[in-house]
Amino acid sequence: MSWALRTEGLGKAFTLHLQGGTHIPVLRGVELTVAPGECVALAGPSGAGKSTLMRCLYGNYGAGEGRILLRHQGAEIDLARADPRQMREVRRETIGYVSQFLRVIPRVPTLEIVAEPMLARGLAREAALARARALLARLNLPAALHGLPPATFSGGEQQRVNLARGFAPRYPVLLLDEPTASLDSDNRAVVIGLIEQAKREGAAIIGIFHDTEVRDRIADRLFAVEPVRAAA
Amino acid sequence: MSAATGYNFGYLDEDTKRMIRRALLKAVAIPGHQVPFGSREMPLPYGWGTGGIQVTASVIGPADRLKVIDQGADDTTNAVSIRRFFARVAGVETTERTAEASIIQTRHRIPETTLREGQILVYQVPMPEPLFRLEPRVAETKRMHALADYGLMHVKLYEDIARHGHVAISYNYPVMVNGRYLMSPSPIPAFDNPKMHRNPALQLFGAGREKRIYAVPPYTEVRSLDFEDHPFEPVRARAGCALCGSRESYLDEVVTDDAGGRIFVCSDTDYCQGRQARQEAAE
Amino acid sequence: MSASPMEAPLLEAPLLEASDLALRYGAVPALDGVSLAIWPGEVVAIVGESGSGKTTLLRVLSGLLPPDAGSVLYRDPEGRAQRLEAMGEAALRRLHRTDWGFVHQNPRDGLRLGVSAGGNIGERLMATGARHYGSIREAAIAWLRRVEIDPARIDALPRTFSGGMQQRLQIARTLVTHPRLIFMDEPTGGLDVSVQARLLDLIRALVADLGLAVLLVTHDIAAARLLAHRILVMRHGKVVEEGLTDRVLDDPQHAYTQLLVASVLAA
Repeated sequence: MSWALRTEGLGKAFTLHLQGGTHIPVLRGVELTVAPGECVALAGPSGAGKSTLMRCLYGNYGAGEGRILLRHQGAEIDLARADPRQMREVRRETIGYVSQFLRVIPRVPTLEIVAEPMLARGLAREAALARARALLARLNLPAALHGLPPATFSGGEQQRVNLARGFAPRYPVLLLDEPTASLDSDNRAVVIGLIEQAKREGAAIIGIFHDTEVRDRIADRLFAVEPVRAAA
Repeated sequence: MSAATGYNFGYLDEDTKRMIRRALLKAVAIPGHQVPFGSREMPLPYGWGTGGIQVTASVIGPADRLKVIDQGADDTTNAVSIRRFFARVAGVETTERTAEASIIQTRHRIPETTLREGQILVYQVPMPEPLFRLEPRVAETKRMHALADYGLMHVKLYEDIARHGHVAISYNYPVMVNGRYLMSPSPIPAFDNPKMHRNPALQLFGAGREKRIYAVPPYTEVRSLDFEDHPFEPVRARAGCALCGSRESYLDEVVTDDAGGRIFVCSDTDYCQGRQARQEAAE
Repeated sequence: MSASPMEAPLLEAPLLEASDLALRYGAVPALDGVSLAIWPGEVVAIVGESGSGKTTLLRVLSGLLPPDAGSVLYRDPEGRAQRLEAMGEAALRRLHRTDWGFVHQNPRDGLRLGVSAGGNIGERLMATGARHYGSIREAAIAWLRRVEIDPARIDALPRTFSGGMQQRLQIARTLVTHPRLIFMDEPTGGLDVSVQARLLDLIRALVADLGLAVLLVTHDIAAARLLAHRILVMRHGKVVEEGLTDRVLDDPQHAYTQLLVASVLAA
């Protein structure tokens, strides 16, 4: 089977030097494979390490052990060993991440925030702005807000800006962390539509969905993330 | 006139003259570059032309004929004193005629009469450093010269145009010599700057207090700094000389009474008198 | 897939490469085996407490201070590599006003306070041979707009400007010759928080628009997070941790980095 992303023996632990060097293992031996067009939902109790796994896949956390293999521009790359410049390129071209919260950049208008990753990939400015506008409209964010920085928006509005930014570039691999958390049912339906469309276009999607209704609609399968017990 | 006894020819001893000539040779070899020299105490105060006198004393010979001008005039105190000084300590002939002089020592002017090959023009220089008002650190100005780093001088011209609409430097207008060194032309009017360019005469500059010598060899390129869209323009009073009628020469304004009356006359007395004499002869 | 030979040397090589830099102030090691490379279009932040060697590193990398050991390699726009220590003073000066820029913490060190805003911006142009007053002025006006200073202030002296405006003017003055690499030493230090935010945003936008490489020294972790692609954490003259900005800040490995991150007040 062809895959878009695959982990081999992925492990992650934290060492808290400020707390006397406490060692906290979170992930161990994770073997996850996701195919293009497939949506995998991470399952497991709170604190099991679902978010940690997502952050490792995005390179936000360094992998402690094992490999994170990604198909990037026709080649295979191990994100656990990628240097910062390769990681930036991977994030620009191949892997997108929609977190629960929008990291607001002061004074930058919403439309620019959404268009920015497309521009970084070399899309023409007009085309990028047009797609940004269309996505924001689809997510029911009124045009009057597109020119404003999202700092003063509500949580739901910021979440939709975040979703538009994440879906706009059509990444081959998309990581979604609670994408519908602060959305009403109408907008939840829009997000489900976006995810289904991305799957049809061949994106491999890995998500954390506490909303079981959404999860059951879009996930092809569940991947269980088990809490790691520290060796006694 | 015979030389006064008890002095070496030209007042300075031969070792000092040799030291100054070495500085002059270096200055001629590097046009526009300031060469330090061991400036001597002279029998007149700094600011009265001690640098120019030492240069003149080092290059003058018994066959030379000396002219000295101050603001273009041969008959001012400074000019008369220096001329007499060399008549006494070198016994050389003196003249007020630009065309007849082999050495012309000057303060604040270049003669109107075109100079020729073989003549030497010696400038008295109060402040040789053209950057000194812009950059107070001497070491830094030296570095700027070494690196031909003259953007700051253009900033000064830019500021003038931004403030006044034109470059507001009427005298001591900075020049680039031979495309390399920024040079102070001494406090001559900007009107005289073009005369320095490719001049057939040798131009020597002496600053006694600042202990610097520099030079512009014959036929050297001397460009006044400017902008393409604000080209350098030599300025003179819009009038004719009240005595000789010249509309080409640099004019001095002379106040004639307490009621605001004034006339303009040539600053170059030899040039003016020569024109008047020719006009009288023609009548 | 092969890159075209024309582009290869430009895209595939760092602008600046330092290896094994060492420098001592008496018994105190200010730099102790520091190596780093900065690539075109990359923003690298150097963070650490006062006295950790950040500013010394910036001065060594920009050729203002010779190291006791180690070398710095600069690559010019034609792709030729040159050792900084072998470069003459004239070449280094030219570099500092063409392909490089330096933004000082204190605008007094980077501006001529007695020269108008327009003259300040125009200086680098004039120093590199611009001799058309009208074009210099046009460039100055365009850059004033770009750094959000009213072009009507073009003939005003910077000493009549606020601290934030002075800093923006310093940036305009530096960027006017389109350098590829900018050194910034605490550019937001000494400014009010609201003014800092505006300046950071301006720098962020300019860096993105112009594709600048920036080496930024700061002790402001939030500024580093906003601007930098990559972070180096310095302590006692050593780089103790480096990597992707968000990884270093969100998953710090070294004890000192953990302390640094834990000490930041969340906004």
